[in-house]
Amino acid sequence: MVDHIILRVTRYRPESEAEPTAREYEIPLRKEWSVLDGLNHIKDHLDGTLSYRWSCRMGVCGSCGVTVDGEPKLACATFLEGYAPGPVRVEPLSNFPVVRDLVVDIGDFMRKLPRVRPWLVRPEGEPQAEGEYLQLPAERAEYEQFSMCINCMLCYAACPVYGLDQEFIGPAAAALAQRYNLDSRDRGASARMDVLSAAEGIWACTFVGECSAVCPKGVDPAGAIQRYKLTAAMEALKSLLLPRGAR
Amino acid sequence: MREKADHTELRPGPYRPRVSIFWWVRRRSYLLFVLRELSGVFVAWSVVFLLLVVGAVVRGPETYRRFLDVSATAGVLLVNAIALCFILLHAVTWLFMLSPRAVAVRLRGRRLPPAAIGAGNLVAWMLASALVVFLVLG
Repeated sequence: MVDHIILRVTRYRPESEAEPTAREYEIPLRKEWSVLDGLNHIKDHLDGTLSYRWSCRMGVCGSCGVTVDGEPKLACATFLEGYAPGPVRVEPLSNFPVVRDLVVDIGDFMRKLPRVRPWLVRPEGEPQAEGEYLQLPAERAEYEQFSMCINCMLCYAACPVYGLDQEFIGPAAAALAQRYNLDSRDRGASARMDVLSAAEGIWACTFVGECSAVCPKGVDPAGAIQRYKLTAAMEALKSLLLPRGAR
Repeated sequence: MREKADHTELRPGPYRPRVSIFWWVRRRSYLLFVLRELSGVFVAWSVVFLLLVVGAVVRGPETYRRFLDVSATAGVLLVNAIALCFILLHAVTWLFMLSPRAVAVRLRGRRLPPAAIGAGNLVAWMLASALVVFLVLG
């Protein structure tokens, strides 16, 4: 029985290397160990200089996204046993600048996210006395799937369009915009349309579908974008054919 | 005035990996995507071919017969066979992968599952094909 496995981890130390290199570490192979447990073992026992992000260890925080054997995965939700006898390649997420080892710079996404206004937009000056915004379970079901996004960036790492054109708003930002557009309490759909309908918005998506395939939370960003394309096309058609008052 | 050198051999900073020109062979889904994009060329070709058929019919039986002869040559048959494969890929993408996820259809207040929309598209495709067969043969 195999009781050890080799992790081939990409290292990048900008102060001493011009580009990343791979380094192998032999770690125990335990049934309950995820890739994150393997990385923690390396950090604690073999090489304390290894850098990577992690926090919750339960697929909620979205910080431990890495590329495992070429696939974007959450390190905490990917079990080493499935890769035995190894070796297992652990690399940083694709399509992002690498800051150090497995740590990538997600600043581009953080700058794009507020542009789609991922919050409930309400008309200015609504009196508080009108009370809370009620919602039926069926109305909640409309957007619930898209609210599961944990901003783990696996969808950006899997998207070849984002890899080729970093201006593209990207799958998670578009899915989060739809999460609020489909919320019965929200009134911000028209404000989001300017960003989403731009050339680097939804229309840059060519429906590869890999963003939805790699999503660890079952969100369907590709579906959200295609659905929004239909909405945007209908709105454009309405503005072309209908008089202003009837739109 | 001498310009100050502002570079070092290794400047600490993020590493920006380059996208390989063969990125599209890395995954099956990427390859399918590129083939789908390419299918647009063959969809355009099929439209041109259809217009040529109509043009030949309008010009009379002799022109139409010559057009059929050209169409039966190995080169044109090969192009059309490839075009058919690409058009099928295009149609399958639109009918069964894209539209079930893009269209939200509600029946009695409940949203239809994407598979039901795909099945509806399949039925519509079959009916349209049957109509074409009826018009051509019937």
